[in-house]
Amino acid sequence: MCLAIPGKIVEMVDMENRIVKVDVGGVRRNVNVGMLDENEIEIGNYVLIHVGFAMTKIDEKEAEETLRILNEIGQYEDEFDQFKTALE
Amino acid sequence: MKFIDEYRQGDIAQKLAEEIAKMTDKPLKIMEVCGGHTHTIFKYGIEDLLPANITMIHGPGCPVCVLPIGRVDDAISIAVRPEVIFTTYGDAMRVPGSRTSLLDAKASGADIRMVYSPLDSLKIAKQNPEKQIVFLALGFETTSPSTALTILQAAKDDVKNFSIFCNHITIVPALKALLDSPDLQLDGFLGPGHVSTVIGTRVYEFVNTEYGKPLVVSGFEPLDILQSVYMIVKQIVENRVEIENQYGRVVSRSGNQKALEALFEVFELRDYFEWRGLGSIAHSGMRLNKKYAAFDAELKYNVPGHRIADPKACQCGEILKGVKKPWECKVFGTACTPETPIGSCMVSSEGACAAYYNFGRLSKIAQRSA
Ligand code: SF4
Repeated sequence: MCLAIPGKIVEMVDMENRIVKVDVGGVRRNVNVGMLDENEIEIGNYVLIHVGFAMTKIDEKEAEETLRILNEIGQYEDEFDQFKTALE
Repeated sequence: MKFIDEYRQGDIAQKLAEEIAKMTDKPLKIMEVCGGHTHTIFKYGIEDLLPANITMIHGPGCPVCVLPIGRVDDAISIAVRPEVIFTTYGDAMRVPGSRTSLLDAKASGADIRMVYSPLDSLKIAKQNPEKQIVFLALGFETTSPSTALTILQAAKDDVKNFSIFCNHITIVPALKALLDSPDLQLDGFLGPGHVSTVIGTRVYEFVNTEYGKPLVVSGFEPLDILQSVYMIVKQIVENRVEIENQYGRVVSRSGNQKALEALFEVFELRDYFEWRGLGSIAHSGMRLNKKYAAFDAELKYNVPGHRIADPKACQCGEILKGVKKPWECKVFGTACTPETPIGSCMVSSEGACAAYYNFGRLSKIAQRSA
């Protein structure tokens, strides 16, 4: 329940409400970046996403590594399936 | 060591395990607090890889597993109201209450919807102004800031038909309660990874100073866990008791300030909160403070609020304290399975009983009947 999935910020959607679009394995959803510092919110940055919120910025290598691990421990599908169910 | 082939860096894992074995043959019990770690430990057979003198104890860090029966009943009592759309994380659907689960209530016609995020619940509220939307908020500090920010958004947008049934819990008082419990024998802790992203590592600095136990905040990869176990054992053989951070890539000493600010703005600590298996723990639960009382489903609806004892057969409490192993429970794998859970440690894939059932059941059952 405390796992998080990495995604890449691809679009600023609504900065007043701290909403950006992230890409996770080709699936794009809006997430809230209210927990990040201003300078962390940039297109191309990788973030760890948990229940629709970006928890922290991570570097690209870390993002790949995390995806690999989630995949290996069989948690990726669960997290990814849930991520996909986020409302548009 | 049948799982060793699954490690991509099996040689490093093997090396770490050997180093751990070399350091001491003293029996040591190490608790992983977080359910995510429990999952990794079982999936990778880390217990088989570790020397026999090291025992992993699976802690209370699965929020779904510690949700008490009375609170499940309360949630259902709100969910079955005709004016309510009840929204929840999927994990909570199967948790048994005293008579039914949310899944049963949904099957009998209650409008219960699984959501990915509390923000989705807020969206449903905006789309259904004639309905009351209630979100079952649960989880540790990994999850509670998301609820807090959702409440702030709801207040900003002046949404009147949205509220939360708050069951957020906080990890530090639970750790204290465990450390205070007389039947607990532990030599060290693996601290939770993502919870610590939010709360930082400084808050654990009583574990070493007041209780004399080492704690290492750990990442979720098998190698992270092995390395953290190595760090704990190394502390013990070197007679150090420290709070160390193996997961420095995302965890800092002071945590995430923005997330903490949101928590402090919206929530306050309850005097007591009930944990399934562990009983009542002071200052371990959170509720909305006065300023945000309008979003509190507990105030909006008259919930029964009964305290209901855990089923007699269930030994989740002993398991959470490391006194017993899941396969020592008489109904494990027979009357109690993930499809028909009796206790909550069988519900979530992060619960100790479910993890044993999914990954280690056959060998353990064989051992038991041998
Ligand atoms: S096997 Fe079931 S009844 Fe036994 S301790 Fe685990 S959850 Fe409780």
